[in-house]
Amino acid sequence: MARELIKGNVAMAESAIRYGLEAYFGYPITPQTELLEHLAKRMPELGRAFVQAESEVAAINMVYGAACTGVRVMTSSSSPGVSLMSEGISYIAGTEIPAVLINVMRGGPGLGNIAPAQSDYNQAVRGGGHGDYRNIVLAPASVQEAIDLVGLSFDLAEKYRTIAMILADGSIGQMMEPAELPEMRPIQRKDPEWATNGNPNRPRRQLTSIYLEPHDEEITNLRLLKRWQDIQTNEVRYKEYYLDDADYVIVGFGTAGRIALSAVRAARAKGIKVGLLRPITLSPFPVAVMDELSQRAKAFLVVEMNTGQMLDDVRMAVRGRAPIEFYGRPGGVVPFPDEIMSEIERMTHAKLNSQTDPRMAWLERALAR
Amino acid sequence: MQKEILIAGFGGQGVLFAGQVLAYAAMDSGMEVTWIPSYGPEMRGGTANCTIVIADEEIGSPLVQYPPLAIALNLPSYDKYEPLMQPGSLLVVNQSMVDRLAKRNDIVTVFIPANEMAEQIGDKKLANMIMVGALLAGLPEISLEALETALKNHLPVRHQKLLPKNFEALRKGFSIAQEQMAVRP
Repeated sequence: MARELIKGNVAMAESAIRYGLEAYFGYPITPQTELLEHLAKRMPELGRAFVQAESEVAAINMVYGAACTGVRVMTSSSSPGVSLMSEGISYIAGTEIPAVLINVMRGGPGLGNIAPAQSDYNQAVRGGGHGDYRNIVLAPASVQEAIDLVGLSFDLAEKYRTIAMILADGSIGQMMEPAELPEMRPIQRKDPEWATNGNPNRPRRQLTSIYLEPHDEEITNLRLLKRWQDIQTNEVRYKEYYLDDADYVIVGFGTAGRIALSAVRAARAKGIKVGLLRPITLSPFPVAVMDELSQRAKAFLVVEMNTGQMLDDVRMAVRGRAPIEFYGRPGGVVPFPDEIMSEIERMTHAKLNSQTDPRMAWLERALAR
Repeated sequence: MQKEILIAGFGGQGVLFAGQVLAYAAMDSGMEVTWIPSYGPEMRGGTANCTIVIADEEIGSPLVQYPPLAIALNLPSYDKYEPLMQPGSLLVVNQSMVDRLAKRNDIVTVFIPANEMAEQIGDKKLANMIMVGALLAGLPEISLEALETALKNHLPVRHQKLLPKNFEALRKGFSIAQEQMAVRP
């Protein structure tokens, strides 16, 4: 199919439709509203379910109910809305059913603002709700990648009976880029062996997240972790740029990652051997490649649009084998490549120490600015 | 090759659409392109802007701090972006909406009386297309023909009747900018 100029939010919505989305429940919030708006028009046209719920709490519980029937179901929101959904997210995780969530992040905490941010990283990769579980979290850096990851998220959610979350930000949602949408695929009812889809001609099925007997809950927790082990083994995804001969490695995801790419190119033009690792799965985190890189890199620079959340995962992967520096723009401020370029230059001149806390060292620099 | 273009003005002046037309033309010319609007609360009745990046490889940052090319459709945008322009850059200013001369002499500033020109063509909403035409005088990567084809291909059917006047606006903007740029030392 030909490339078309399409906005990230609309692209994710149309992609979900073409990958077989049968039911959507949501509540409008900037900067993700176009996603819901597109589905409000398209889903009824196709005879599929669209409900604008009375709140995010209602929407996620509608997702929960629909997901129990085994159809492809999705919701989308932005930061404060996802917080409201977190109880339902935990119930879905505890019930071990597949669902796709899209978070088009904005500045926070609290009501914050509507500008692009990456401050829900911890909430997303650590599960979001209460209890012992993890979600698959995928971070697109372009409109095309957002389209492709929506398709992947349905497949992964179903394969592992888990939640797959697309963690985008306001600029991915609002940006237009040329991209290719997939062909419209016919809806495939897979009738999974656990689905409660109203067939009276077989033994009764039950889906629940209640395990009143602690030993049963313990078994469930271990089953979830075993499944997570498989996900960690099989589903790590990332993209490498200029890493083959890199002395310095930048790690950034989503919008921060693509902005870092501009800085990497500028630095390369000045002869600095720097490369970029852009994690696509934030959870599972690309630990193995980080492990390999930390044995040959002189230093790492983590760039995020928050105060250093993925930074902790990088530190766990690097385990003190190389110095790590951090540069962040929180609160909905989007960094320019020049800022990251300055950090690269600073890193090549400074005496780096793998014992200092990179977040606090950055805070001092940020407050002094 | 990478070029960044910033377009700014009041909401309602066609800022975002002007940027989209450029983005369509870049895409149809086989280039990579990003279009990103300011979507803050200030859009409602206030200023609006968008950034377009065109390149021949995967685009990194969709935003630019110091643009090499810009259109300012009103005075607040002119005041805001004139100091940020790269040395040697091209700034196209809507003269109908500003009451001052250029403060910088290390950039090329082209003044276009876009509102009056648009009214002469017969539709004051064409000011944005006049400004886009003027910008093309400093953007050889996108030809006037490519932009006209983009308009034709992507304008909804109900608006196709407006094409001749849009083409006229683009061409008038282009030629007045070319004239002004030619007389500069």
